[in-house]
This record gives sequence, structure tokens and C-alpha cells, in this order.
Amino acid sequence: MAEVRLENITKLFGGHIIGLKDFSLQVKNGEFVTILGPSGSGKSTALRIIAGLEHPDKGNIFIDEVNVNKHLPQERDVAFVFQSYALYPHMDVYENIAVGLRIKGCCKAEIQKRVQEVTGLLEIGKLLKRKPKALSGGQRQRVALARAIAKRPKVFLLDEPLSNLDASLRERMRTELKMLFNKLKATVIYVTHDQTEAMSLSDKIALINNGMLKQVGLPDELYYQPKDLFVASFLGSPPINTLEADIIGENALMCGKICLNISSDYRLKLKNKNKVILGLRPEDIKVYLEPKENTYLAQLILIERIGKYTILSLNWQGQILKAITERDFIGQHKRDSIWFQFDMNKLYLFDKETLNTI
Amino acid sequence: MSKNLSEQRFGLFLILPSFFILALIALYPILRNLVLSFMEQGRFVGFSNFSALFQDERFRSVLINTAIFCLISVPLELILGLTFALVLHQKFFGRGFARAVSFLPWALPTAVMAVAWKWIFNDTYGVFNDILLRLHLIKEPLAWLGRPNLAFFCIVLAEVWKCTPFVTVIILAGLQTIPLELYEAIRVDGANSWQRFRLITLPLLKPAILVALIFRSIQAFGVFDSIWVLTGGGPGGSTEPISLYIYDTVFRYLKFNYAASMVCFSFIFFLLFILIIYLTFSRRQIEY
Repeated sequence: MAEVRLENITKLFGGHIIGLKDFSLQVKNGEFVTILGPSGSGKSTALRIIAGLEHPDKGNIFIDEVNVNKHLPQERDVAFVFQSYALYPHMDVYENIAVGLRIKGCCKAEIQKRVQEVTGLLEIGKLLKRKPKALSGGQRQRVALARAIAKRPKVFLLDEPLSNLDASLRERMRTELKMLFNKLKATVIYVTHDQTEAMSLSDKIALINNGMLKQVGLPDELYYQPKDLFVASFLGSPPINTLEADIIGENALMCGKICLNISSDYRLKLKNKNKVILGLRPEDIKVYLEPKENTYLAQLILIERIGKYTILSLNWQGQILKAITERDFIGQHKRDSIWFQFDMNKLYLFDKETLNTI
Repeated sequence: MSKNLSEQRFGLFLILPSFFILALIALYPILRNLVLSFMEQGRFVGFSNFSALFQDERFRSVLINTAIFCLISVPLELILGLTFALVLHQKFFGRGFARAVSFLPWALPTAVMAVAWKWIFNDTYGVFNDILLRLHLIKEPLAWLGRPNLAFFCIVLAEVWKCTPFVTVIILAGLQTIPLELYEAIRVDGANSWQRFRLITLPLLKPAILVALIFRSIQAFGVFDSIWVLTGGGPGGSTEPISLYIYDTVFRYLKFNYAASMVCFSFIFFLLFILIIYLTFSRRQIEY
């Protein structure tokens, strides 16, 4: 188990395309850190740089306070789980797990012991003689994990390991992964574009976009205290609702034709600004069947019944807002319009220019 | 069930034309040849052609020549082809050009190139002697095509030069099907470059190597044009392969039935040879 520290890593592809820019990240011993970001954001590049499969143009990589910039992948003592699993097609499951140990110079008895251990842990003990071709997606996933765990590396690097599985299996494996790495108390760096995976698995999330680190913190921190609009809109499903508004007073906003009073805490922060973006999570929009105080009328354009709750799409002054309600809120009746209310305490304000949270 | 049967019949019906063509150009000649080998001047003579064959010193000699020729040139081509393919698979400046150039010998007509080799190996004005003399590797010009061992060396060299590109291309294609991630995975697993070659490249190239091996063995076993031009089988029959002897038997001595029995024998002999190769190398199929 080990600590990993990335210091101001910059990676350019072809001399000018930014892979990573000034990327720093600290992963403590035993921590499960997720690098989250949309595709092409540089998250896999970061992982590959830690593994030594890519070389940074600038910056330093430390594993246990040792600078490993110049170390080859085989010298770094990390395990990498690939998105496509990268199982060796000509070797059976046993060999797939054993080959790395053999290269490391483990003796036969030790290899056998470790293979038995990990295959027991991952419940693939019966598949040892099978070739990867004869395994299902979930089984291949387990073999890839077993191969990584058997090595007892300092750090586990997982590159979207669940994205090739179907939805229900992915959910199950997610739970298993969490329990597995809790048990191993391992240092894990996990890359995904799936915010649910990131939220549910990680001790810490590093959100990245266009090669730049946007925010690092606890999952809840990123969700409830986003640093900017990108962070706020990347986390949450359905995503946060955004509305443009003009500042018309010290604590008053004009949103469309409606005047909103916001908390006086904002008074100082709104100085010298005239436009902001309002952000409100779908769960913080309250809807009513009847008009009430401070409610606004909106057209109801879509009802999505997810099961536990229902997502409503509202058309309000030409803008689409999404709201989450209880499952049977609407009932079976067809409705064209509905009343809603902003939960003003849970409102986020973003600077129109910089998109940073105010 | 009945539907399945009719579908099967329809399928058989569909392959009839191609079966007919194949029968005409492959099956008929083979069977006709088999029949001919048991006949003499239109009469059935049993195994007498074959018993003559086993007494025939020249046949034994060409069989050995051919076998040695195959056993030397094919492994050499495989080793060189594998090496070239590994080099041409790397990224370097001018790779496309290098690939094109390396393929050139295979693209040129064998007979034409054999004439060129004949010039190169010529004892009085050949460039080969000239180079060796200038490098002081030999003291006086050698009659490359005039001495049995040297002539054999020449035909092997010409064949290897000509056919290595074929092996290179097949193995290069094989290399390109190996996913890069496997190399990355084994690197993270701790493998150095030799281990990467031994654990990933070589086993995953096995199908390509097998294809190259079988194709090249077939072609080397039937080698004709380069030797015919270069040495004509000489000196003293020391470089004569089976194909040349069969050719002589048919077109110079006009002994069609005897030649047919030679074809039959070498056909079966070679079939066994290929079967052994195939069984040794293809026990495990590799699938992704």
C-alpha cells in the first residue's frame, strides 16, 4: 500500500493537443480516489502516466515519496485493470493470474497459494482452466481484477473497469468492488465517466475537464459545494437546472419576468456584476397541483416515471426545468400545467463571465 | 425436420457449380494421375512403376536434394521474415518506404531474378566474386555454380532472398492483429522486452507463422523456375529437385506413367509432411 502524488503534470499529444495541464493530485495510503470526467478529458491519460505507460512532458510523479518519473512500468509495482480487461488470450485463467507473479520471481508454491487466494476471493475458482474466450464479460472482469490483486501492488489503477458490463451487472460489481477494496484496504485510483460510480465508490473524487483539475474533494463536497458550473452540472442526474438572471438590486434578481429575492449573504459578492446563472437541482424544485404563495405556473411537457420517483419536465418562459417528485404525485390524470417553487436556500449562483460559484 | 433437409439439399445444389469446377481442375487431374501411375502403354501394370521408383538412384537423390533445400531455406526464411517483420512493425521515419522496398523481391518474376543471380554468381564477371575478392575473403574467383556445395548454397540464397518478403508480410499482418493493450498489461505485470516477445508476441503470432510455414513449405517443395534457370539441376544433379526430374521424365524421356508414379509418391510424401507440421503447431487455437 502506498501514497501517490502527482505534481503539476502536463502532457501534450503531438506537441500541442492538451492531454493534461498542470494536474496535481494526492492520494493517501488506503484511499479510494476516483478521477471523474467526460470522455476526452484526460482522465485515462492521468492513470496511464501513473502506470508509466505514458510519459509526462512536465511535472513529477511520486509513489511513496519516491520520484518515479524515470521508472519503467515494470519497476513501479502498480496493477492496471484495463477497460477491455486485456486478458492474455492464449493463456487460461490460472496462467493469466500467475504470469505476472512468475515474472516477479515468485516460487511455484507461492504462486499457487496466491492464485487460490484471489480466485477464492473473487469466486472464480472453478474457471481456472478456461481461456478468456470462454468467459462471460463479468467473469473476465473478475479475472482482470484477480490478476491485479494477486500481484499485491502498491497501487491499483482501474481504467473504467465496469463500462463494458451491462447495467445490472455493473451495479452488482460496483457494490462488490467497494466491499473488496474496503477489505483489502488498498490504495486505488479509479477512472470513470460515470458520476454515479464515482459518487458511490470513492473516498475522494477528482473532477477533471479538458485536462485540467476542476475540483477535488469528498463526493458530497463536490455535489453540495461545487466550485463552478461545470462541477455542478456534471454531478447529479438529471443534471442541475440553469437559468440566466439579471442582478437588479443588492439581493434581488430578475429572472425572466420574475423578481427573486435571495439571501442577503450574497450582497457583497454580487457587487460589480450584472448577470448571473442560477442553478437549482431537480430535487430542490417543489411542484404543486394548485397555486400557492410564491409559486409559478409552468407547462408540463413530459413525465418520466423512473419507479421510486418521477421526473417532470416543465416549460417555464421557454426554458426547460426538470423537477423530481414522488412517484404518485401526478396520478394518472393528464395535466397541461403545474405550479412550482424554487427552494431559495438551495439555490446556486454562478458568475456569468467566469462560471465560478458565487 | 423436413424443412432442414430441403434447406440442406438447396445448399448442396448451390455449391454444385464450384464443386464442378474444382473437380475439373483439381480432382480429375489427381485421380487421372493416380490411374496413370499404375499403367504402362495403356495396360494396367500394378505397382511395377513404384518398385522401379524405389530402385531409382536419381529419384532418391532428388528427393534428398528437395528435402535439404526445404529444411534449410524455409527455416531461414521464417527467422529472417520474423526479424524483418518485427523491425518493420516499429515506428520509424521512412517506414512505408522500407516496407515497400523489402517486399520488392517477392514482386519480381522468379525467372528474371534467377537470370540476375546467374550473373551475380558468374565466376569470371560476377559481382559476388568481385566483392569477396575486394574484401579479401577469397584469394581467387570461385566457380559458384560449378561446384556442388557452392551451387546448392547459391540456389538456397536466391530462394531465401526471393521468398523472405512473403514471410515478412504474413507475419507483419499477424503482428498488427495483436492488441497493444496486451503489451501494456504485460509491461505493468513486470515483463522486459524479451519476456514481452516470448509471452505475448511469439504465442500470438503462431497462427501467422503456421500459415507462412505451410505456404512456404509447399512452394519450396515444388521449387522449379529459379533452379532451372540458375543451375539446371547441375552440376552433376547436385541441385536437382523433384520437380526438375519429373519435368525431364515427361518432356525429355516421354515416360509419362513413370512420371505419374513420381508425382503420386511425392504427393503422399508431402501430404504427410504438412500433416506433421500442422499437428505439431496447431494443437491450440488462439482466439480473441
